[in-house]
Amino acid sequence: MVVSRRAIVLGGAGLLLALVPPIAALTNQPFYVDLFRRMMIFAIAAVSLDLILGYGGMVSFGHAAYLGIGAYAVGIPAFHGIENGFVQWGLAIVASALAALVIGAISLRTSGVYFIMITLAFAQMLYYLGISLETYGGDNGMRLAARSKFGGPIDLDRPMVFYYVVLAILVLFLVLGGRLVESRFGMVIRAAKSNEPRARAVGFSPFRYKLTAFVIAGSTGGLAGALLANQTEYLTPEFMHWTRSGEIMFMVILGGMGTLVGPVIGAIVLLLLEDVLSALTAHWQIILGPTLVLVVLFAKRGLFGLLPIAPPDG
Amino acid sequence: MAISVPLVLEQTLNGLQYGVMLFLMAAGLTLVFGIMNLVNLAHGSLYMVGAYLATAFAGWSGSFVLGVALALPATLLVGVVVEVIALRTLYERDHLDQVLATFGLILFFNELIAVVWGRAAVYTTIPPFLSGHIRVLPGVPYPTYRAGVILVGVVVAVALWVLVTRTRLGMLIRAGASNRTMVSALGVNIRLLYTLVFGLGAALAGLAGAMAGPIYAVQPGMGEAILIQVFVVIVIGGIGSIRGAMVGAVAVGMADTLGRAFLKPMLATVISPPAADKAGPALASMLIYLLMAAVLFFRSEGLFPARGRS
Repeated sequence: MVVSRRAIVLGGAGLLLALVPPIAALTNQPFYVDLFRRMMIFAIAAVSLDLILGYGGMVSFGHAAYLGIGAYAVGIPAFHGIENGFVQWGLAIVASALAALVIGAISLRTSGVYFIMITLAFAQMLYYLGISLETYGGDNGMRLAARSKFGGPIDLDRPMVFYYVVLAILVLFLVLGGRLVESRFGMVIRAAKSNEPRARAVGFSPFRYKLTAFVIAGSTGGLAGALLANQTEYLTPEFMHWTRSGEIMFMVILGGMGTLVGPVIGAIVLLLLEDVLSALTAHWQIILGPTLVLVVLFAKRGLFGLLPIAPPDG
Repeated sequence: MAISVPLVLEQTLNGLQYGVMLFLMAAGLTLVFGIMNLVNLAHGSLYMVGAYLATAFAGWSGSFVLGVALALPATLLVGVVVEVIALRTLYERDHLDQVLATFGLILFFNELIAVVWGRAAVYTTIPPFLSGHIRVLPGVPYPTYRAGVILVGVVVAVALWVLVTRTRLGMLIRAGASNRTMVSALGVNIRLLYTLVFGLGAALAGLAGAMAGPIYAVQPGMGEAILIQVFVVIVIGGIGSIRGAMVGAVAVGMADTLGRAFLKPMLATVISPPAADKAGPALASMLIYLLMAAVLFFRSEGLFPARGRS
C-alpha cells in the first residue's frame, strides 16, 4: 500500500518534470525550461554526492571538482574542434573517474575532519589548476565553441531536446542508483558507514568498496559537469570553486541525505530559493546563509523527511 | 628572472612572513578542532572581520597601530558572540552539520561585509615609521612592515607557547585537547573554557587579518583563500597540535612563496622556457597540495598528532 502510494507520487513528480517544456511553451515562458534543466543537472550532481555522503558517510567537500573536470572535458576538445558528444562526455566520465580514483585513494586513508579538509584541498588544487590554464581562458574561463554534437534527432541546440536528454539521464541515474544502493555493493557501503570495524570483521574490505563508490560518484559528477558546460555554454574555474561544493552539499542536506529523491528536491528548492531571493535583493546570501544554519540545526532529515512517502528511518 | 642570493633571501623572508600569518590562523583553528572537536569554516570570516575592523578603526583614529590594537578585542568579541549564538549548539553535532552550518555563516559574513563596506577592495596605508626598508644583510634591503609582521608573529608564537605550557589555562587547554570528558568530570567549567579558547582563536585570526590589510587586498571572501591553505597547514601539522601548526605553517608558507618565485626559472633550465612559463605557475599553485598529499601518504595523522588521540 505504502509502496504503491510512493510509486504514484514519484511517477507523478517525474511526469510534472516532463511537462515543464510544453507548459513553458504554452505560457510563453522559455526561461523555465532553462531553469528546470539547470535544476536537474544539479540534481544529478547532488544525487552523485549523496551516494557517498548519505549512504557511505564520506563527507566529501570537493564534489564541485568533478563538475569542473566534466565541463573542461567538453570545453577543451570543443576548443580544438572536436565536437562529438560521445567523445566529450566519455572523456568527462573517464577523466573525473580517474581524478576521483587518485583523490579517493589518498583521502580515504584518513577519516573524519581530515577527510573533509583533504577533499576540499584537492578540489581547491584543481581550481587553481583551472585558473592557470591560460590557453583556455585562465580565471576568466571561455565560451563553449559549440554544444556537444550527437547527430540524428539529438540536437542539444534545441532547448526541448536538451531538456529531455537531461531528464532521461536523471531518471536513468536514479533507477541505477536505486538498484546500486539495494545491491550487495550498496549494503557493504552502508554497513561500512554505520560500523566499519564490524563490516571488516564480517570479512569485507571497506576501503575498496568505498573507493569504488567514490569513483562512481566522481564520474557521475563529471557527467553533470559535461551537461552544465552545455547548459551555460561557458566554462570557468568557478565551476570548481569550493562554494559550489558547499552548495551541492547543501542541496543534499536540504532535500534529505541518504535518499535518492531528497537531493533532487534539494537541488530544485535551493535553485528556486536562489532565484527568488536574488530577484528580491542583491544581498540574498545574507538570507541564504542563516537559512542554511537553521536547516542544519532544526531540519536534519531534510524536506523529503517531511513528506509522508519518505522511508520511515532517516 | 635570475636566481641570486639576495633574491633567495628576500623570498625566504617573504615565505616566513606568510608562514607567520598562516600560523596565527592555524593556531586558533587547531585549538578549536582539538578541544571542541569543531570544524569551523567560518574561521576565515573572523580573519576578514579583523581586517575590516582594523581598517575602519585606523581610518577613524588616524593611527594604524591603534586600529590594529582596537581590532583585536573587537574580533574577540565577535568571535565570542558567534560562539554563544551559533556554534555552541554544534559541538555535539557531527562534522557534516558543523561544515554546513559554518558554511552558512561564511555566506552571511561575506554578504554582511559587502552590505557595510561594499564589494570593492579596501586599502590601508602603512604608517610612515613602518614604510621604509631595513637592511637584513649588506645589500639586502627588506620592507620594514613585513619584517614587523614576522616579529609580531614570533612574539605571539612565544607568548602562546608560554600560555599553553606554563599557565593553568594552558594546562586546561592541553588537558581538554587530550580528553575533554575527563576535564569536565574533574569540575572544570568546560563551557567557559570553550568560549575562552574560541575567543582566543578569533583574536589571533583577527590579528592576522589586521596585519594582512596593507599587504593583501581587503575584500569580501578574502578569508576563504587563506582558510583552505590553513587547512593544509593543519592537516600537515596534525590536528590539535600547536607545534604541528607552527611547523606546518612555515612549511606551507615557504613552499608556496618559494614555489611561486623560483619554480618557473628552475623549470626553465630543464624544459623549454615557453613550456616552463606555462607549467611553472600551474605547478607552483598546486605545490602545497602536493606537499600535503605526500605528508599524508607517509603519516595519515600529520606530522605531530596531538597526544591522547588515536
